[in-house]
Amino acid sequence: MNAGGWIIMLVSVGGVTALFLTCLYKVLAGGGKKTEHMHGLDIDTHDVGED
Amino acid sequence: MATEQKKEAWNSRLGVILAVAGSAVGLGNFLRFPGQAVKYGGEDGGGAFMIAYFISLVLIGIPICWAEWAMGRFGGSKGYNSSPGILNLIIKHPAGKYIGILGVIIPVIIYMYYVYIEAWCLGYAVNFLRGGLDLGADPDKYGEFWGGFIGIKENGSAIGFGLGQVGGYLILVFALNFFLIYRGISQGIEWFCRYAMPTLLVLAIIILVRVLTLGAPIPDKPDQNVINGLGFMWNPGALMSNLANPELWLAAAGQIFFSLSVGFGVIITYASYLAKDDDVVLSGLTATSANEFCEVGLGGMITVPAAFVFLGSAGVVGMGTFGLGFNVLPLVFSQMPAGQFFGFIFFFLLFLAAVTSSLSMLQPGIAFLEEGLGINRKQSVGLLGLITAMGCLFVVFFSKDIKALDTMDFWVGTFLIFVLATIQIIVFGWVVGIERGWQLAHQGAELRIPDFFKVVIKFICPLFLLLIFACWVATNVFGFNFSTGEFKLSGYVLDLVGSEEQPANNVARASVALILIVAAFIAALIAQAGKRWARLEQAKEGES
Repeated sequence: MNAGGWIIMLVSVGGVTALFLTCLYKVLAGGGKKTEHMHGLDIDTHDVGED
Repeated sequence: MATEQKKEAWNSRLGVILAVAGSAVGLGNFLRFPGQAVKYGGEDGGGAFMIAYFISLVLIGIPICWAEWAMGRFGGSKGYNSSPGILNLIIKHPAGKYIGILGVIIPVIIYMYYVYIEAWCLGYAVNFLRGGLDLGADPDKYGEFWGGFIGIKENGSAIGFGLGQVGGYLILVFALNFFLIYRGISQGIEWFCRYAMPTLLVLAIIILVRVLTLGAPIPDKPDQNVINGLGFMWNPGALMSNLANPELWLAAAGQIFFSLSVGFGVIITYASYLAKDDDVVLSGLTATSANEFCEVGLGGMITVPAAFVFLGSAGVVGMGTFGLGFNVLPLVFSQMPAGQFFGFIFFFLLFLAAVTSSLSMLQPGIAFLEEGLGINRKQSVGLLGLITAMGCLFVVFFSKDIKALDTMDFWVGTFLIFVLATIQIIVFGWVVGIERGWQLAHQGAELRIPDFFKVVIKFICPLFLLLIFACWVATNVFGFNFSTGEFKLSGYVLDLVGSEEQPANNVARASVALILIVAAFIAALIAQAGKRWARLEQAKEGES
């Protein structure tokens, strides 16, 4: 493995790992919130309450 | 008529991210990606491929993801969850709902053969666990096992229910998928992905550690070591001449495209179940980055080095996705210490990745049947189960040379995906409009999309996609050779039209006929759905 290979591997793997961990941190720091659902046109599929 | 109902929704932001990432992470991350990198990088290493790959990620992958997330959430806020419903709403023209037909056909057809491949993964995991794949060092034995397992020599021979045949596994995975989809968005898909995705990551990291600590396992071949295996994957080689090859760009863009599940009709449906102020910018980027981590950070570090240390470069170059996954890697695992255990882990990991993907292929069809025909989940699951079971039986029966699978994958799993993704990005950039689209994407968003993406989404991405699509059609349909400049119809076209040297293939023709029948059936349902949606809209206007 030559120097170019090391650089491409470290930048590629390091880059996607850093991006993934940063995004995951931001999502988890946001609390994985559940928020109000908004529907302008709710379509009845007759299966509410079937659980 | 329109009623105030409690609708299905994701339980948490993390849940939808895991589900979308699960949809994207599949066999392509661990098998297709490294195979493509090595194929187009040549024997000098796949580094050049990575440069084209990341440029394509920024210009195609991420913009289309954001567009799908934003349009899906917008459609969901108006009560629509399927591509026909959402595009009907956005385009505001009767043709809109028919354009959205691709967002139903693509996942439904792909499911018909993907679940078959999913059964291979489970079958291989079980066979590794019971020692059925301890076949020694002869590569031909692994080819024979795979051929027998999937019935590659004779039509109808795949339908068997022994541990070394695919039939029993297929019934299991089919039932698992429909059980989970019947449980719904939060209790089925989200519940499964919450466990499957972290498990998948842990299993992949176990395999990664195993591969990176292999050293040089064959004593008389010290050059076949892990460092050289990584070099085979990552070295830039003749960088500039490799980057001047248009086929490398086509392959890199195609890999990004298929890896992220853009243009499948899946993300738009998943995003429609979001809450009104969920951050689609961050969620989309997180799901994309999760897929990239699995593909580049794990898939790129596992498959090629593992195959290289045991088989050298000759064992890797020229192997397709299935060859690498179901012939080369079983041989590799059988050669390494504790290979039975690691082989099981690897194929179970592929199985989990496949289930999270196949689940996502069912939801667009379910959503369309529910909202288009007004039927409940039990009925929609039953109807979709019947359609996909018939299609799957067709694929499994016509197993000789996996012709049915291959034909459907080419015309739907490749060709139509290009078409739908191009339509989606044009609709977002030009029909919704970039400024309105920007507002939709940033509703509730903490993260801002850099402004230069406006130019990317409106101009560069559609042009890049159209260019790639044109090149893809030229090479894969009309058989254009970039080196010689000659045209020769591809095998997929000749299978349908025949030639003096090659008669038409009846299985290929029947496969395309099946696609057209499904398309016609769904088009008829869309016509009915359109009338229903118009009635609902009128009722809503009357109420207000």
